[in-house]
Parts: sequence; structure tokens; C-alpha cells
Amino acid sequence: MARIIVVTSGKGGVGKTTTSAAVAMGLAKRGFKTAVIDFDVGLRNLDLILGCERRVVYDFVNVINQEATLNQALIRDKRCSDLYILPASQTRDKDALTQEGVATVLEELSREFKYIICDSPAGIERGAHLAMYFADDAFIVTNPEVSSVRDSDRMLGILSSKSRRAEIGEEPIHEFLLLSRYSPERVKSGEMLSVNDVQEILSVPLLGVIPESKSVLNASNSGNPVILDEQSDAGQAYQDIVARYLGENRPQRFIEVEKKGLFGKLFRGK
Amino acid sequence: MSIDSPSTAKSIVDFKISSMNVPTLMLSSTDLAEVGLALQQKLAQAPSLFKYSSLLIDLKSLQKQSTNIDIAELIALLQRLHFLPIGLYGGSETQNAIALKLGVPCPALHAVTQVSAKPRPDMVDSETEAVAETEPLTIVENRVITAPVRSGQRIYVRGDLTILAAVNPGAEVMAEGNIHVYAPLRGRALAGVRGNIHSCIFCSNLQAELVSIAGTYQLSEALKPHSTAKLVQIYLQGQSLLIKEL
Repeated sequence: MARIIVVTSGKGGVGKTTTSAAVAMGLAKRGFKTAVIDFDVGLRNLDLILGCERRVVYDFVNVINQEATLNQALIRDKRCSDLYILPASQTRDKDALTQEGVATVLEELSREFKYIICDSPAGIERGAHLAMYFADDAFIVTNPEVSSVRDSDRMLGILSSKSRRAEIGEEPIHEFLLLSRYSPERVKSGEMLSVNDVQEILSVPLLGVIPESKSVLNASNSGNPVILDEQSDAGQAYQDIVARYLGENRPQRFIEVEKKGLFGKLFRGK
Repeated sequence: MSIDSPSTAKSIVDFKISSMNVPTLMLSSTDLAEVGLALQQKLAQAPSLFKYSSLLIDLKSLQKQSTNIDIAELIALLQRLHFLPIGLYGGSETQNAIALKLGVPCPALHAVTQVSAKPRPDMVDSETEAVAETEPLTIVENRVITAPVRSGQRIYVRGDLTILAAVNPGAEVMAEGNIHVYAPLRGRALAGVRGNIHSCIFCSNLQAELVSIAGTYQLSEALKPHSTAKLVQIYLQGQSLLIKEL
């Protein structure tokens, strides 16, 4: 049986797709057969972040409508043979997704894959609801600012009441907090909420902090998940996150302002 | 599929809980001829008052003798006298089954006691009143919440509400009685929502968006001077909300 992870936030632009791509690649690199599904029907992005946009023939909606088989629609990553992408449809909208259709696709994937990552669209409407409905674990991506925190809080409420696990009274979804676009300097100067501020409101265990980093934009533009950029701080942060998710004990990083000495300048990528 | 609680789709049928006052017939005899005669005498005093009146039948005052009564006969008698029996309580299982067959439901005891079953004062004789007062009181629903109340969530209880985790911004907690919050209160808290002016809000860290007691409310701006990590009591005095450190 696969473990289904939803990457969600409520708010848009906080780094859900970046996180989905990075975590999926991280898990696949460790040898786990991983599928990542783009639930953002109509606003397909995941294929760009993973650099497979030219190879999209069939999509998620085609599979749900039984116009294509799952194997026809799944795109195998060229860098890592254990990673598969199920892209969203760009020409349809979220109403094309049905609960039964999503359930069937996830069930079929579960037989073959170890991890299934559902990249949720922003909002709390149909697309986001279906992305989280069948999840076992939830990665809540939050930026350190009040509106993002409130939207994440709303999403956590929905996870605990409207998911399949909540509805049939199973063990609740495991929730993890990922704080992205974090800048310790700006936290220090009081412009940004700190890790503690965010955790005080959300009270969800912290899986990791992803620092604000130029490498994320570069990675997105080039179609290489940032986790592959081992020199970058954001890439390392995602590696830590994958390791912690798999049960390794790694101390939290990127929370304090780092003094950059000569050593740091030489060996730390920006 | 609706995503969240405040449903936008209008449904064709809705169920609401309503309560009304219904006369209850308290029997102290199992002899139906005697009962019929007594009822006719009562009706003679006010012939129109009970015509087509809903009626609850209470067999509790008969105690052990209650099983001797023929429910089908009793219901037929009442209907002949233009009563409309709508419920039976205090009956045995067999009696309940017969009543149900005749279209008279037998609600559970606690559900019935919520309906005020006192007859009109002018119809009360001393004996039945004494029985009515020994009936158990309505059980109020209290609730204790241990998980954070998140943005967009609403909690409503008929009695007192105690919350041991944070109430976050955008969340709404409501109680017909008191509200206790033993963690930061950052959302909205409304106590005494059905108009109980003696309701209070107690909280250990007041950062609320809004607090209200029996409809009198204050917004976060007015609360700011009190926004502390100290235990406070919010209560109503006259028309104004007062906040007192404990």
C-alpha cells in the first residue's frame, strides 16, 4: 500500500508545487517508487517545475474519463527512474475531477507505488478538497506572514473534518508544517513572523524551514527540482525535510541568522 | 460536493427542532369507563378548549398498575372525545408497540421532558402538579474541546463550553451557557447566545476578535487594553460588558 501525501496550504504562491516536486524527487532518489499528481486542473504547473512539459500527451482528466490508461498518462522522469508524474489538464477546470475518479486513480497507483504525492491547488474548493480527501499525511506549506498562516489554519481545520479519514473515523491525517520563504534576517528585524509565532498558532510539528533563496526561482525556470541543487540552501533544506519525514533525526537549520565567514562564503552556495 | 459547513445550496426540506406546550393527561385510574366519565366532566367545563387538542398520555402516575391499561381502548376513547394523542410515555414495551401501531409515538423519557408538559393552571389539580414537579430536569449538553479550534470552524453547544486548546483567528465558539478557554483566545467567543445574561466568558489569554454575552459584544480594538496573558472574566452588567482580572 502506498502512502498518500497531500501538499497543501490554502493560499497560493507559497511553494506547494516547488515542495511537491522537491519532495517527490527526494523520495524517488532514495529508491522509493513515487508518483506525483498535479491536482491544479486548468493551471498546470508541475510539469514545468519538473521539466517534462514537452512530454505531456495524456493527463489526469483523461484518465478519470477513461480516455487513456494510467500508464499512458504517467510520465517517467528522465533523471530518476523511480519518479513518475501525472500532469493536470490545462484545457479543463476543477469540475472535471470526480471523487470516484480520483479514488480509482489513487487505488490503481497504490498497487505499484510506495509514495503518492498530491500537489493541491490553492483555495479550499473542489480541487483542493479532492487533493486532500484521500491523504494519509499532509504537508502544510506556509509562508511566515499572517494571511498565509490563517489560510493554513483553515486548511488544517478542513483536513481534520472533511477528509476521508475524518469521515469514516479512522486515525486522523498526520500533519506536518513546512515553513517556506523564510528569512532569518527579516524575522530578526521584525518584518516577518518567526518559526515560534507560526507554530504557536498552527500547533503542528515542524518538518522543516526552507529559506528564501534565489536557487528556487532558478530551479523552477530550468525545470530541475531545487532538491537536485545540492549546493543551495533550499536544496539542502528539502533534503533535510525528506530525511525527517522518513524518520531520520536531523537538527533544524536555516532558523537563525548565519554569520558568513570566509569558510561559509567558500562552501555555502547561495 | 460542498466543501465546508455553511452550505450554500438551498435544500427543499429542512428539519428544525421546535418546542411547544402540549397538555399531558395524567391518569390515576385504570378503569377506562371511570376515566371517560372524568374526562367528559372536565370537557363540560370548557368544551372548546380541548377540541382537537394534541395530547400526551402519561402512565407514570399509575406506577405498577399501568400495565393493566388497554392502550388501544384508551386511544380510541380519547379520539372519540376529539383529543389527538401525539405521544405516550411511561408505558411498557407491549403498550408502546400498540401505541406506535395506532400512530402514537413513544419518545424516550429525556426527549419528552424537554417539552414543557404542564397543563394550564386552571386545569391543574393538586395531585397532578406534585407529580409534574418530581420529573427529572432537562439535561444540558456541556462540551470540552481539546484540539485547537481553527480558522473557519464553528462550535455551538447548548450548555457550557470548555476549550483546552487555542481558538485561532477566524474561528467562532458559541454557547448558550458559559465559555471557558484555557489557552489563547484569538477568534470569536459568544456566550449566552440564547439570551442568558448571566453567562460569562473566562479565558487565560484574551486576544479575541470579538467577545459577546447575550448579544452585547465588543471588538478587538476595545479589548486591546485587556489583551494580556492573565486570567479574566467577561460578564454583562446592565448594558455593558465588563472585563475583570481574576
